[in-house]
Amino acid sequence: MTHTANELHDHQSHSDSIDVFGFWIYIMTDCILFATLFAAFAVLHSNTFGGPTFKELFSLPYVFAETIFLLASSFTYGMSMLALYKGKRNQVINWLAMTVLLGLAFVVMEINEFVHLYTEGHAWHSSAAMSAFYTLVGTHGLHVSIGLIWMVLTIFQLFKYKLSPVMTRRLTYLGLFWAFLDIVWIFVFTIVYLMGAV
Amino acid sequence: MLEKLIFGNLSLSSIPYDNPIIMDAGAFMALVAAIVIGSLFYFKKWTYLWKEWITSVDHKKIGIMYILLAFVMLLRGFTDAIMMRAQQAMAVGHSYGYLPPEHFNQIFTAHGVIMIFFMAMPFMFGLLNLAVPLQIGARDVAFPYLNSLSLWLTIAGAVLVNISLVVGKFAATGWLAYPPLSGLVYSPGVGVDYYIWALQISGVGSLLSGINFMVTIFKMRCPGMTLMKMPVFTWTALCAMILVALAFPILTATLGMLFLDRFFGMHFFTAGFGGNAMMYVNLIWAWGHPEVYILILPAFGIFSEVVATFCKKRLFGYTSMVWATVVITFLAFVVWLHHFFTMGAGANVNAFFGIATMIIAIPTGVKIFNWLFTMFRGKITFSVPMLWTMGFISTFAIGGMTGVLMSVPAVDFQLHNSVFLVAHFHNVIIGGVVFGYFAGLTYWFPKVFGFKLDEKYGKRAFWCWLIGFYVAFTPLYILGLKGMTRRLDHYSIASGFHPYLMVAAAGAAIIALGIAFQILQVLVSIKKRRAYRDLTGDPWGGRTLEWSISSPAPFYNFAITPEVDSIDAFWETKQRALKEGGTPKKPKYADIHMPRNTGTGFIIGIFSAAFGFAMTWHIMWLTAAGLIGVAAAIIARSFNMDTDYYVKAEEVEKIETAFANEKAQVSQPTETDDFDAGTLSEAT
Repeated sequence: MTHTANELHDHQSHSDSIDVFGFWIYIMTDCILFATLFAAFAVLHSNTFGGPTFKELFSLPYVFAETIFLLASSFTYGMSMLALYKGKRNQVINWLAMTVLLGLAFVVMEINEFVHLYTEGHAWHSSAAMSAFYTLVGTHGLHVSIGLIWMVLTIFQLFKYKLSPVMTRRLTYLGLFWAFLDIVWIFVFTIVYLMGAV
Repeated sequence: MLEKLIFGNLSLSSIPYDNPIIMDAGAFMALVAAIVIGSLFYFKKWTYLWKEWITSVDHKKIGIMYILLAFVMLLRGFTDAIMMRAQQAMAVGHSYGYLPPEHFNQIFTAHGVIMIFFMAMPFMFGLLNLAVPLQIGARDVAFPYLNSLSLWLTIAGAVLVNISLVVGKFAATGWLAYPPLSGLVYSPGVGVDYYIWALQISGVGSLLSGINFMVTIFKMRCPGMTLMKMPVFTWTALCAMILVALAFPILTATLGMLFLDRFFGMHFFTAGFGGNAMMYVNLIWAWGHPEVYILILPAFGIFSEVVATFCKKRLFGYTSMVWATVVITFLAFVVWLHHFFTMGAGANVNAFFGIATMIIAIPTGVKIFNWLFTMFRGKITFSVPMLWTMGFISTFAIGGMTGVLMSVPAVDFQLHNSVFLVAHFHNVIIGGVVFGYFAGLTYWFPKVFGFKLDEKYGKRAFWCWLIGFYVAFTPLYILGLKGMTRRLDHYSIASGFHPYLMVAAAGAAIIALGIAFQILQVLVSIKKRRAYRDLTGDPWGGRTLEWSISSPAPFYNFAITPEVDSIDAFWETKQRALKEGGTPKKPKYADIHMPRNTGTGFIIGIFSAAFGFAMTWHIMWLTAAGLIGVAAAIIARSFNMDTDYYVKAEEVEKIETAFANEKAQVSQPTETDDFDAGTLSEAT
């Protein structure tokens, strides 16, 4: 972030590489946070304390639809980045709005699943396995929700600031974050839902 | 109903009026706060405080504030220590001492939490802030605003711990708050909630700092400084920060699960409903063991700098020192189970972790011998930092050996939870971490304040600490072997513990004298600051880049980004200048790009503290206000596009010329006169 003026010609790109590197490391740390929750889930997933197993609780087609929404949102985010490289602000905003809608669909479906489970009597306090399930999936959902707020904010700032190097950098961060959440979801889908269903 | 809505579980009865000790401590804290705030008004320093300190993103000032926090919390943590020593010296047989068990339990918990999280950690980050950017020739850290945020989150955590003294109570669970004891069933009060939120908030600060320094060291080294030409302190800092980035998320997740257990009635660690308390112990030590190395590695780095500087020799075995550090960093993650061999994981598991633990003695031994060989035939100056270093080498070696002893699972079954263990970890933490940080503070003090600390009082403090340590903890080793368990608030006469505990209490008193000398040292040094003024920028005959600039370092650090081509680059430059003579040509200055100060970190810190307090007492509106405040501050910051500025070349030139003139007035430092060519050729 600090350079003399004679380094100014490569200042922007240089400082960007530092910032993005920092964001990568942040993502790494978040990865460890999820790893810890996965470990807790692995330890506790069969401790249902007499309650039903995950196999009886999950509807795979429903979760598959959820997954498709999230994956599709990553695709639209990618399209928005392509539009960014072409310098077309309106396209960037349109694709971002699309991403928000898809992400929102994912979050709503997840909340719906939680409400459904809860009202059927499978609350987070009914057993250790349920605690681990709600916490792992919920932490991911919380991340996605924060990502959505961030994305709405970014759309607003794109109206205000146009396409600037700062906005490009922020979109890079957000893109890394969004792709990361996709990857985590792949693991959640595999380990919690698919492996839980067999 | 309305009261519940406004105050949550908080009520006037939460304040322990009936406890004179707590009330006196609270009154004292209020008095100190009143004096500080009063004098700020009296001397009209509020604007100065806000502009120059609270909103500062200058790594040197942030470092000073971290160390200030560490010292305040050291006093609090040490008061707890004295109280425990006094209780154990008194509570024998028919006497039950002056502390009820519930209070005693809070004190040993607070002592551990404060000393690790709010003394050692801020001290470590303080020293990193002071030295790392200067050592690598950088103008600041990679993310100066995040750096300020980290500081204020740490302070927010410390504030919560201090509030818990007067409002409500602190955890009475031991410093790692093992469930099920720390669960809702056995700890229904607010103590554990204070614990959780103080650690969560300051933990986020530590994590951000870890990322910040990792990026700084990887990406912002000056031209020519390859990884294997970095000063050893920077190396150890890098490894410690890698550990922070890898370990702190585990702490966040683990405490998060404990919070969910307590708040939402989940069953991660409860005794019933399929919970698994041993998972908590595993997870917390998967963070906790690396944490030990997060604290000790930078201390190792400080000793390496000090020993080379004060022996006038290049550090012996630089490469092996670096690799030893890297190996320790790796091994830090594969030994956590040695903290609970008695869990019953089975012989094979215990054998693996026992052997892994013993292996750590090898790289540590490499380091000890490197320091010894650096001293061998060196020109040793027995200055205060060097005394701390020599005190460390012998003390730490003993602590290391008792550690290896306990790494044998069979032996550990005997010593687990005994005061032998307490003696061991104080042996390595006081003898290693604390001595190291004191050495580092004395060493870098002139670089940030412009004058040296008083040597006489420094030496008195050192000898009190060293002797006090041995007097206080040798008895605990013996008591541990005699079977005394830790955290005892009372014992019988027949146990025979009493004489030893009297000696230990005397040791704590000697350490108290050491701390008093340290406070005097600072006061005397401030009084004599003109006599101790360092005009050369290089008071010790240093070897690394931080000594190439003026003391105190200018806010932009380096007027011209230095270029290096060797380890100990500044030393080599000085030697070359001595050999070749002549005056260096006048440099050409350019505008310097600097980050602007910002109050966002401070504001987020305040809202975080409010959030933590609200979560502790279940005050819902304040919880929401805290969260919204944090989010609003972050969002507002993202709309601020004016976050940096340029220092004009003329201003840089003015500052640098003033320094050069001052330096020219003092004669060439005498130490550099008699460095013969032999030292140089040996070094190259």
